[in-house]
Amino acid sequence: MVKENMNDADYRKSKIQSRIAWTIAIILACCMLVITLTPFFFMIMNSFRKQFDMLQQGVFHLPDPWYFKNYTTVVAGGFFGYFLRSVIVVGISLVLMLIISAFAAYPLARMSFKLNALIYAMIVAMMSVPMHVTLIPIFKLTTAVGFYDSLKALIGPYVAFALPMSVFILTAFMKTIPKEVEESAEIDGCNRYENFFFMILPLSKSGLSTLAIYNGVSMWNEFAFANTLLISPQNKTLPLALGQFKGEHSMDIPMIMAVLTLSVMPMIILFIIFQDKLVKGMMAGAVKG
Amino acid sequence: MKNDNKVGLAQARAKSIAVAATVFLLPALLLITIFIIYPVIDTFVISGYKWNGISSDRIFAGMENWNALIHDEMFWKSFRHNLIVMVFSIVLQIPIGMLLATFLDAGGKKFNIFKIIWFLPYLMSSVAIAFLFNYALATNGGLISSFASLIQGKKATIDLLGTAPNALYTVIGVMAWQFTPFYMVYFIAGYGNIDTSIYEAAVIDGATRWQYIKHIAIPLLGPIFKTACTMSLIGSLKYFDMIWNMTQGGPAGSTELMATYMYKLSFQQFNMGYGSTVAAGMFLLITAIALIFNKAFKVKEDY
Repeated sequence: MVKENMNDADYRKSKIQSRIAWTIAIILACCMLVITLTPFFFMIMNSFRKQFDMLQQGVFHLPDPWYFKNYTTVVAGGFFGYFLRSVIVVGISLVLMLIISAFAAYPLARMSFKLNALIYAMIVAMMSVPMHVTLIPIFKLTTAVGFYDSLKALIGPYVAFALPMSVFILTAFMKTIPKEVEESAEIDGCNRYENFFFMILPLSKSGLSTLAIYNGVSMWNEFAFANTLLISPQNKTLPLALGQFKGEHSMDIPMIMAVLTLSVMPMIILFIIFQDKLVKGMMAGAVKG
Repeated sequence: MKNDNKVGLAQARAKSIAVAATVFLLPALLLITIFIIYPVIDTFVISGYKWNGISSDRIFAGMENWNALIHDEMFWKSFRHNLIVMVFSIVLQIPIGMLLATFLDAGGKKFNIFKIIWFLPYLMSSVAIAFLFNYALATNGGLISSFASLIQGKKATIDLLGTAPNALYTVIGVMAWQFTPFYMVYFIAGYGNIDTSIYEAAVIDGATRWQYIKHIAIPLLGPIFKTACTMSLIGSLKYFDMIWNMTQGGPAGSTELMATYMYKLSFQQFNMGYGSTVAAGMFLLITAIALIFNKAFKVKEDY
């Protein structure tokens, strides 16, 4: 309709303008790609150099020759132990966190009881508590119950600190599920608990998978609790392995770059597989703002 | 009789809801109490003592620690650094994240590869980023210095992390590299949430995709924008991991933040009493700033 009203010259002009705008946008987008990728490029290229080749060859040269021994040294230095411990801690924490936050979100989203609003407000308020404020008491608590320097020590804090945000997002998510789903299940003779496990939980899958991605990333990379609660190398998780290797090979920069590359690769691979889930669950959390 | 029955039924129903709600909420509330609420209270308790964190005897010191905190220049300097980080985080990460999301939303599926690559920095741990940039920004063999040498044709050394005013801004830049992708996804979700019928209506009225984004979509993102700012604000006031591994607050305290200062006091100098006071002070400041920010924004929304 508008196009008919516009004369030809105007139409052509606006088309050229949009062409120019898109060209500029794509140039800027490519600049952003360069900014994003250059550090990764630096990391990966240097991980294939010999220790002293790095300074001699400079950053912009390809490794010559390609040197793979950094990786074998890192693997021989116990890299997979750190890796496995991180997998265990993140796996257990994530499963517990998802179950417990879904439990908590269910009554908050779908039942009316007296304290609902109050409990919800309290849990949401916990989102802004910085974990560093709790560090000394949790250190104290961990030593008192004898969990200090073991992987068990990390699970409680990891789950607890991921809960407020997760409950917040899942509550918003579960509110979008139509009431009829439960009503029809009730007619079929389901009680509340069956309702939760067979109706609500399966329908919340996309919310749960987004939470798994975000919390998985932050637990995998968590540093402060791990650094405070673990001390011996045979108990440390992956983020601490970086410091451990740096301490042992501080002059061998390519070696450290190999450790860094190995530690991000699993995250990047998982992300590329699951990247379509990245936005969906976040949308539910973003609605309410 | 019949009425009684009804009341009884309603009561029984309310009771069974209360039981179910308690069962479902109990694990979450228990964990939050043990690992968040109790520790916060305990931090305030310990802040009244002189304690090295190991020995069983701790000496009650009254308000002595708090008095010291108020006159502690290093603490207020750290707080100022936190505020600088906060302002630059909000000014850099959120607008860039929003621009990237806008570009992806306008471009649609064919730009998916941009989204995947732009998100990568967020997958890296703060520790890994700290080590990587320590070397990538080094004067010898680092990216920026090498690039400057390439342009000038002679050896250039640009010291980004070793000198006082540069270091803080360098760290801010690295933080932007790390966290912008998070806000990008957040805004993509925001765009995705806008009802498609609004877009369809705009197209029928002859709007281009760009006009729709500029005049309809961005104004609708208001509340999301506010949440993003709150997250960035709290995030930068409690920032720790990367700075700790990159500069340890140095050189000469120029990148010291409240959290790194607290960690140094507590777990390097084992001054846990005063460390707790710093942590508690940090908690009060963050809560106050978050509340003020929320209130200020609410007033604006009402107009």
